[in-house]
Amino acid sequence: MAADTVIAPAPPAPVTSRAGLSPLARHLLLAVLALAAIVLLSMVVDPFTNVRLATVGYYLLAVAGLTVLTGLTGQVSLGHGAFMFVGAYTVALLVVYVPALPFWVDLLLAAVASGLAGALTGAAAARLTGPYLAGATLALAVGLPSVTQRFPDFLGGSNGLGFTVNSMPAGLAGTVPSTRWQAWVVWAVVLAALVLLANLTRGRVGRRLRAVRDDEVSAALAGIHVGRMKVFAFLVSAVCAGLAGGLQAFLLGTAAPGSFTPALSLSLLAAMVLGGVGSLWGALWGALALVFLQAGSEELTHALALGTDVSNNLPLAIYGLVLIGVVLAFPQGIHGIGRTLRTRLRPRRTPARTSADDEGEA
Amino acid sequence: MDKLLTLTLGGLTSGAVYAALGLSLVIIFRATRVVNFAQPALALISAYVAFSVNKATGGYWLGFAAALLTGALLGALTERLIMRRLADRGHLAPVIVTLGLLMVLQAVAGMIWSAEPRSFPYAFDFRGTFSPAAGFAVAVVLVVAAGVLVLFKATPLGLRMRAAAFRPDVAGLLGVRVGLMLTIGWTLAAAVGALAGLLAVPPFIYPTALDSVFVHALAAAVIGGLDNPVGTIAGGFALGVGLSFVSGYVGPELVTMAALAILVAVLVVRPHGLFGHAVARRV
Repeated sequence: MAADTVIAPAPPAPVTSRAGLSPLARHLLLAVLALAAIVLLSMVVDPFTNVRLATVGYYLLAVAGLTVLTGLTGQVSLGHGAFMFVGAYTVALLVVYVPALPFWVDLLLAAVASGLAGALTGAAAARLTGPYLAGATLALAVGLPSVTQRFPDFLGGSNGLGFTVNSMPAGLAGTVPSTRWQAWVVWAVVLAALVLLANLTRGRVGRRLRAVRDDEVSAALAGIHVGRMKVFAFLVSAVCAGLAGGLQAFLLGTAAPGSFTPALSLSLLAAMVLGGVGSLWGALWGALALVFLQAGSEELTHALALGTDVSNNLPLAIYGLVLIGVVLAFPQGIHGIGRTLRTRLRPRRTPARTSADDEGEA
Repeated sequence: MDKLLTLTLGGLTSGAVYAALGLSLVIIFRATRVVNFAQPALALISAYVAFSVNKATGGYWLGFAAALLTGALLGALTERLIMRRLADRGHLAPVIVTLGLLMVLQAVAGMIWSAEPRSFPYAFDFRGTFSPAAGFAVAVVLVVAAGVLVLFKATPLGLRMRAAAFRPDVAGLLGVRVGLMLTIGWTLAAAVGALAGLLAVPPFIYPTALDSVFVHALAAAVIGGLDNPVGTIAGGFALGVGLSFVSGYVGPELVTMAALAILVAVLVVRPHGLFGHAVARRV
């Protein structure tokens, strides 16, 4: 693509925030602060809550990947559970068959494998739009987990693979409970990935992706390779989901097809829509909602003495109602509600809010 | 050779289901440019109603009729209460809302009838290479498909429905009740979907029973062209036979991935399906 480089715009003037930091520095600072907060939080809560904390972490990454895809390129994926499947099974297979590898290499390879799967899907997806793409990705979510039954010895069939990851440094063993360590690892990976993601969406790539979303023809005329950008967005998004799946495998010590149902993919979609499409902060609200709706509905049905049939299905019903309700009533999601309130509360004080500033909200 | 015949006939039977469910998607897509992702759940609830009626009365046909009525009612309600509010909201909103409805209805089915598989009867004897039950499935789908085509092509109601879909504003000026036509379309589509559900679920019904059936039906509709009923029916039968071969010669666990591969292959060559009409992109 020579045209791409010829017409490439001059690098934009660095966008500085109110605090005067560059975006990268600001994102890094936020991530470090967040990690410190997580470490502190993990010290005071019980092991069970530490697992929940880690669960929020990997869901956050998966939802963030999805929201970047849909928010920046307008492509919708109903198959992100399938990329989590790829990541989880890559980690599981490496731990079981190549135990000598350190865990971070496993995760890296999980990112590579899910990135490959994402690029493949993206290459097909770049030619599809709207309902066609949704249907194709749904087929992926429904079809991929049953591949495990094709290779029962290698992939463990419908029971999946069970394993233990010994990732804790020798110095910490005995002093730090394993669930606390797991929460640290999960959040460190998630925050590192989020920094990259936030930077990516603010920079030139993010602008190109938005240009493709808003008007493909104009974007192509401006020298942007539309197909390549769409594949790239799918790749990035799938890497996030794959890492999330790998972290889930690390946390649970299993990878089983039953964890990657179409319902999981649809729940991720619900979390994204709830938080607000395209917003990384919204992904956090969505991930929190995923984990705590699950926990809350179990407690609620227990308190009301309703049967397991109700408690097993209540989260799904709530996610569904959320999807319908948010689209009908609050198209911008939770984060959008907050943003609207903020601008309404101080309409005069920020008159010079430029479009460059708005771009950073993605 | 014997296996080939068995697989072909089995494929035609499941193809009939894909054709019927695909047809229900096409009826709605033609009218509103919306793919109804809630269709499998509408069909699922209808089939569960048939299950309960069967159990209460002991007869098959009363349940059959109850399921078709339930489907029609659910379709009408979906259009009136939800989809009508989404007119002009872009292509993402209806996808997300119908998926939300899918999740709600699947969860409700699980709450009422539990996730346990329950045995669900066939209409007729199901034993043998091409059993009476299989023959019934193929025949009833062909009859219904022909009926839908005649309705659209040769009746005043069908003409009004096509007018309402093609040019809502002009049709409205000419006295067509556009909103009513949309409701009728959804009602008809959901009833056809309920029929597909009744044919698809035996021998066991459970809340996710129609997931893969729906994916195959959607693939059939996309292959045939989402706005082309004849293409979708042909696509349904062709995909049924093709997937039956995959199941018989390769393995049943790869069927959905094969459907995905066929879907992607067709769309890469012809982005609007084999018999679909290309739509000019507005700049």
